[in-house]
Amino acid sequence: MDSKDYLKDITEIKELMNKSSRFMSLSGLSGILAGIYALIGAYLAYNIIYVTQTPSDDYKTLVLYELEMLQLFVIAFIVVVLSIITAIILSWKKAKKHNEKLWDKTSKRLLINFLIPLATGGFIILFMIEKEVYLYVAPLTLVFYGLALVNASKYTLGYIRYLGITMIVIGLSSAWFLGYGLLFWALGFGVCHIVYGALMHFKYDRS
Amino acid sequence: MSLLTNINKAFDHRIRLGIMSILMVNDYADFNMLKELLGATDGNLASHIKALEKSEFIAVEKQFIGRKPNTRYSTTKLGKQAFKKHIDALEQLIKNQ
Repeated sequence: MDSKDYLKDITEIKELMNKSSRFMSLSGLSGILAGIYALIGAYLAYNIIYVTQTPSDDYKTLVLYELEMLQLFVIAFIVVVLSIITAIILSWKKAKKHNEKLWDKTSKRLLINFLIPLATGGFIILFMIEKEVYLYVAPLTLVFYGLALVNASKYTLGYIRYLGITMIVIGLSSAWFLGYGLLFWALGFGVCHIVYGALMHFKYDRS
Repeated sequence: MSLLTNINKAFDHRIRLGIMSILMVNDYADFNMLKELLGATDGNLASHIKALEKSEFIAVEKQFIGRKPNTRYSTTKLGKQAFKKHIDALEQLIKNQ
């Protein structure tokens, strides 16, 4: 055996290790689209919150009526559902192209590990809303989403880890600069998704 | 010649290398998972599993899922050490070329 064979061995080992333990079909493009949906949602929310009513001097006090709350809730819900549907469809297409299954051991493991921190955060935020404590809702969504990404990153493409860490940092900043939640949301869910989605798209999708 | 001493003969085959690679990063794998990932035939895969089992590099665990028998495989401590040594040796060889 010459060195070429050894090199082939190593490449093959790496490939098998990734393929057997990580979900490789996650689509970068779906990250870009999710970011765009989030920015559109943030723009609509901005109009509802800050344009339709006389704004106060700073962003810190906010008077919202029930109808506006409902509108914001609907926008957020549509953004989340659209992002999930897009991610599933595009990942399914990518898996099909590479002759892999969308729903197998790797995607199951990815989903479970993603959902544990996310659901924990989701419940905490729901309890806070129930108690009418809204101050930390925006920062906490970012922080828990970031933790979920970091936790899931062991089971999928490597960039997800850095996306998660970025989200945590943005979430913590948002908790410090209270009142600018929407702006940090737009930065995290919008801009970061687009940037990392593009990075992943160019690194993994095009090959 | 000394470079070659760490190359383990037990791993000197594509399928065996594959089995070990998969088991290094997964707690365990069953027969069908190995078969799918490696694209090997039943008989071929079984014989390589036997060989690795015999050198005590992998452990076999037979159990039932409902009523269906299911056999799953995992690496032993010895297997992990041997495989790591083998990989290091491969990398060393490539570097020295």
